[in-house]
Amino acid sequence: MTQGAKIWGLHLLILVVVFAAQFVLPSYHMTNLARIMVLAVFAMGYNIAFGYTGLLSLGHALFFAAGFYAMGLPIWHLGWLPLPALIAGLMVGGLLAGAVGLLALRTAGVSFMIVTLMFAQAGYLTLLYLNTWTGGDEGFVVARTARVLGGLDLATDTPRFMAAFALFACAMLVCLWLVRSPLGRVMVAMRENEERSRMLGYDPFRIKLIALIVSGVYAGAAGAAYGMLFGYVGATFATIQYSILPMLYVLLGGAGTVLGPFLGALLMFYLIDITSGYTDAYLFVVGAALVGLVLFAPKGILGTLRERIAPWLP
Amino acid sequence: MTQKLIGLAPSRRAVLKGAGAGLLAAGFAAPVWSQAAPVKLGFQLHRTGIGAAYGRWYERTAQAALKEVNDAGGINGRPVEIVFEDDGTDPKRGSEVVEKLVSQHNCDMIFGPLFSHVVIGSASRAGELKVPYLVCSEGFHVASGMLNRWTMQPGITDVRAQVSSMAPWVLENLGKKVTMVFPDYAFGHDHRDYFTAAVEAGGGQVIAQIAVPPTETSFTRYLPQIPNDTEVLYHVMVGPAVLTFVKELGEFYGTGAKPQIFGFIDSLEAVDTASPGLEFLEGTHFWEGHCRVKQPDASEHEVAYRAAVGVDDNGASVSDAKDVSTYAHMFSVWETLHIIKAGMEASGYQSPADRQKFVEAVEAMSDMPESLAHVQGNKVFNGKTHQVFGHQFISRVEGGKLMKVHTTSIEDGMYPDAVDYTTQSF
Repeated sequence: MTQGAKIWGLHLLILVVVFAAQFVLPSYHMTNLARIMVLAVFAMGYNIAFGYTGLLSLGHALFFAAGFYAMGLPIWHLGWLPLPALIAGLMVGGLLAGAVGLLALRTAGVSFMIVTLMFAQAGYLTLLYLNTWTGGDEGFVVARTARVLGGLDLATDTPRFMAAFALFACAMLVCLWLVRSPLGRVMVAMRENEERSRMLGYDPFRIKLIALIVSGVYAGAAGAAYGMLFGYVGATFATIQYSILPMLYVLLGGAGTVLGPFLGALLMFYLIDITSGYTDAYLFVVGAALVGLVLFAPKGILGTLRERIAPWLP
Repeated sequence: MTQKLIGLAPSRRAVLKGAGAGLLAAGFAAPVWSQAAPVKLGFQLHRTGIGAAYGRWYERTAQAALKEVNDAGGINGRPVEIVFEDDGTDPKRGSEVVEKLVSQHNCDMIFGPLFSHVVIGSASRAGELKVPYLVCSEGFHVASGMLNRWTMQPGITDVRAQVSSMAPWVLENLGKKVTMVFPDYAFGHDHRDYFTAAVEAGGGQVIAQIAVPPTETSFTRYLPQIPNDTEVLYHVMVGPAVLTFVKELGEFYGTGAKPQIFGFIDSLEAVDTASPGLEFLEGTHFWEGHCRVKQPDASEHEVAYRAAVGVDDNGASVSDAKDVSTYAHMFSVWETLHIIKAGMEASGYQSPADRQKFVEAVEAMSDMPESLAHVQGNKVFNGKTHQVFGHQFISRVEGGKLMKVHTTSIEDGMYPDAVDYTTQSF
């Protein structure tokens, strides 16, 4: 078996397992898995920017919220149908990432983190300021009638799971293709040594901007899907917490691995879900777990696995 | 010595008799509990996050109400259990908690959340799961028609009614020219819109509206915007910066002339009004949903409720005088649990298959007389809008304590229906 076949086979197997999970999981975990898949798409987008291209952003909540609101607001105010609203969410996420990237990519390192954080905070405050149109901090409900796509009622368990799975599968396969493509290799080159890449004739600004736009499309798609599948749009999802979460998912699962964001989102979701049943200080437990990770597996779970057992893992 | 031991030691026959009698007594004492599965209620609790101060007292109130209900025979002869799940005062987690309470803990229904964004973020999921979701939020979002037929607010009057009912007394007793200071997001905007409308309807005038961004930690640059001819300063700041706001307001006016000051107690819930630095509040007025300090005319039900929850006459915990309660709001938890009991008994609720009957039974409710079930006072429930209306209180700070000076009528807060949920399908 060639390495390519092994890689594609593994990822397709994971997709089959996730798809089959709906037939054995109880209702509670089935809905959780739908949430995790959408959040994993958000984290995959973050991983393209951070894990593969080395862009440590603190502003991805802005791109998630862009998709969230670009889907929700036209439905609320203009009565749009779900499909164009979802497409709008995906596109606005990418457009906003491009616009932010044009400015923020003039900086690097810590400056890039601060500039992206500032943009995200400005976006959050804008949502609060335009309360009349956005619903502000309270947010708004996405009408049940606007959540029927192609005859499927996305407010019911199985269609919601299928929609989340479709998005997740597309996102994962595109990500896998991207990181194995020449463009993906150049993205990694940017992360590893930007100056050497420039010397070889690549334009770092252009490559990083493309990576950020793709990342924004992922975040926007995840935001639009989350609002559509779970029926709520609100400014909480634009707070800095939602810039940190995908970073944690990626760090936990393994930065620069295709499956890492999903694994990280899955583990983090259940870490909070389970520990919150035992202690109020569940975020302390999450923090302790992350400290342990940094100490003993700084490359994340799959990053460590790749280092020690499976160097072929993309 | 030996005789004494023998005399005290029970014989085998006596032991058997005693054990038998004990078993019989135990059997007769709890004949229902041993037969019936408990009614399981889910409580969506703000145990952590920005709502934690409320959550702590909401949990205590729920526990006290649970004990009272169980001591009185439970619901439909069944004992009642409450499963508490922390939502972190976060709408994403809130929705997940609704799912967990229903699908994993198999709760019959859910109640308890306060913060509006959590309620709005969770109500959709409750509607999808077709589970009654009784909120203690005081937001206008229920009566506005934004939510769904499974979501109800039968335990506390909403902010629109609260604000509207304050205006007549404020205009008549404090002044007609009002300046409003409020946080620049949805909660503040509700106050801005509804109080302004009520002031104008009452012949007064809002001469300035000062919106403060939620990120502010100091307010000195906003205070000079208060017009000199302001007769009443209306403030409804919330969050960690509230104490700074009050202190800076005191420094701004100093010992000179100042307007009458009227605020919402939301600013100072769980805060001792006699705290150092808050002397400036002396003589100012506050809205209270339920009087924190035990009033001379407190009803027997109010007194019993206060004792059951463990609140002293000043509104603090009986075990820690510094642990001030969120008294103006937490009665809603007590009353909501009693409405759940009344609704379940009226509908003959036996299992989740009867959830729709329960909603219809609550929708059919109207007058709720003051009683141990409605300790804050009598109320009127509007089954069409799923919203209850009750009396509101205006208190004055006297000697660091909030003393009631006015009780609004229920009619003062009523407004035209914006929705008829009973026409919506389940």
